[in-house]
Amino acid sequence: MSRTISVIDYGCGNLASVLNMIQHVGGTARLLSSPEQLGEVEKIILPGVGAFDHGIGVLREGGWVQALEAAVLERKVPIMGICLGMQLMTCGSEEGQLPGLGWIDASAKRFRPTDSRLKVPHMGWSEVRQVRPDPLLPETADARRFYFVHSYRVECRNPDDVLLLSEHEEQFVAAFRHGNIWGFQFHPEKSHRFGMELFRCFLEV
Amino acid sequence: MLKHRVIPALLLREGGLVKTQRFGKHQYIGDPINAIRIFNEKEVDELMLLDIDASRQMREPDYDLIESVAAECFMPFGYGGGISSIEQARRLFSLGVEKVVLQTAALANPRIISEIAQRFGSQSVVASIDIKRDWLGRYRLWSSSRRKTLRGDWLETLRLLVEAGAGEILLNSVDRDGMQQGYDLRLIDNAAHAVGIPVIALGGAGSMQDFLLAAESGASAVAAGSLFVLQGPHRAVLISYPNYSELESIFRGKDVS
Repeated sequence: MSRTISVIDYGCGNLASVLNMIQHVGGTARLLSSPEQLGEVEKIILPGVGAFDHGIGVLREGGWVQALEAAVLERKVPIMGICLGMQLMTCGSEEGQLPGLGWIDASAKRFRPTDSRLKVPHMGWSEVRQVRPDPLLPETADARRFYFVHSYRVECRNPDDVLLLSEHEEQFVAAFRHGNIWGFQFHPEKSHRFGMELFRCFLEV
Repeated sequence: MLKHRVIPALLLREGGLVKTQRFGKHQYIGDPINAIRIFNEKEVDELMLLDIDASRQMREPDYDLIESVAAECFMPFGYGGGISSIEQARRLFSLGVEKVVLQTAALANPRIISEIAQRFGSQSVVASIDIKRDWLGRYRLWSSSRRKTLRGDWLETLRLLVEAGAGEILLNSVDRDGMQQGYDLRLIDNAAHAVGIPVIALGGAGSMQDFLLAAESGASAVAAGSLFVLQGPHRAVLISYPNYSELESIFRGKDVS
């Protein structure tokens, strides 16, 4: 078990908040600016804000994909994708043309609410419903709520991958997990004690 | 279901927090870092810090202070005041700010909104407008940095800012500021129906009931100053924020935004 979390710095995402949160819960944050540094890591966060094609393009051009796959798919290093980082782990998105990393059998679709009062992006705090037990989300009596900002939602083709559900007119996947790969649609680094707990548990896995 | 966000809007002046009434009568509230620590413990939905002097004094944001504040914020944090370039916005984001709030520069040239939205996404840009009624009671755009009423139709300006790529509108009523007698509900209704992006209502909240009324008038989020930093008829400084179950019961059945 390592208390050091390596955060991928590929130019997409609000890294200061993620680093701040890791330190706040007693971990050590390490910022990775080149794929070579992935050789030794024991825990990874793939953050992400912005457009799908831009994000996946930067990962490919920067030579990140092969190094990430060696760590995540072969060495089974625990990884947490946040927001766009989660969507990049899927096969693709309606938002773009390029294929995603394809680690999770899923793809991202745009929200199209029929109720005109519902806005896109889905921005703000929503409660989530847990579908199955998970070490990052220990049982609690309290309903968890998280801060979301996204216009696209992930659709999992394998129901066993679904971890948390939320709702924005239609039900959507707020988190998935497949083995050592977690994806969170919300921003745990901006979600008070609910996010702190999640980061604390990630330090322990 | 999305919750209506309830946002403390804190005003910064010369390094300290102040609260105004109708944009004047500045009352000193205290040290920003202290106040923000308390708001963080109270698990506020989101926080906004607005430097009310920066643009008027043509000053840049106080990056050191903003960085210290961002480090205390385990919730979304918006900053406004003195932002006039995409480079300043980039620097603020790198310090841990989620949203930049623009008024003076955006009114001078909405392209700054487009540039920031294209590079960092619409969700990271809030366009702020202040509205003041004229002697006939008509809504007029107010420039807080120039301290004067601006010409033109405010709804037209609002649409321009949305077209430019703003992700949210911070709609502030000058006449209601600090009065704690309720939001200008007609103003909120007019704005929310004119644009498809979230409107954050500010100016006038005197009770939690006002949050509900603003939400019913179309606000996606409600912001308040006095209600969260002052207490009682003598306006004593006291930082407060309703707990989650109180907010839930206020908005029960109204969680659509």
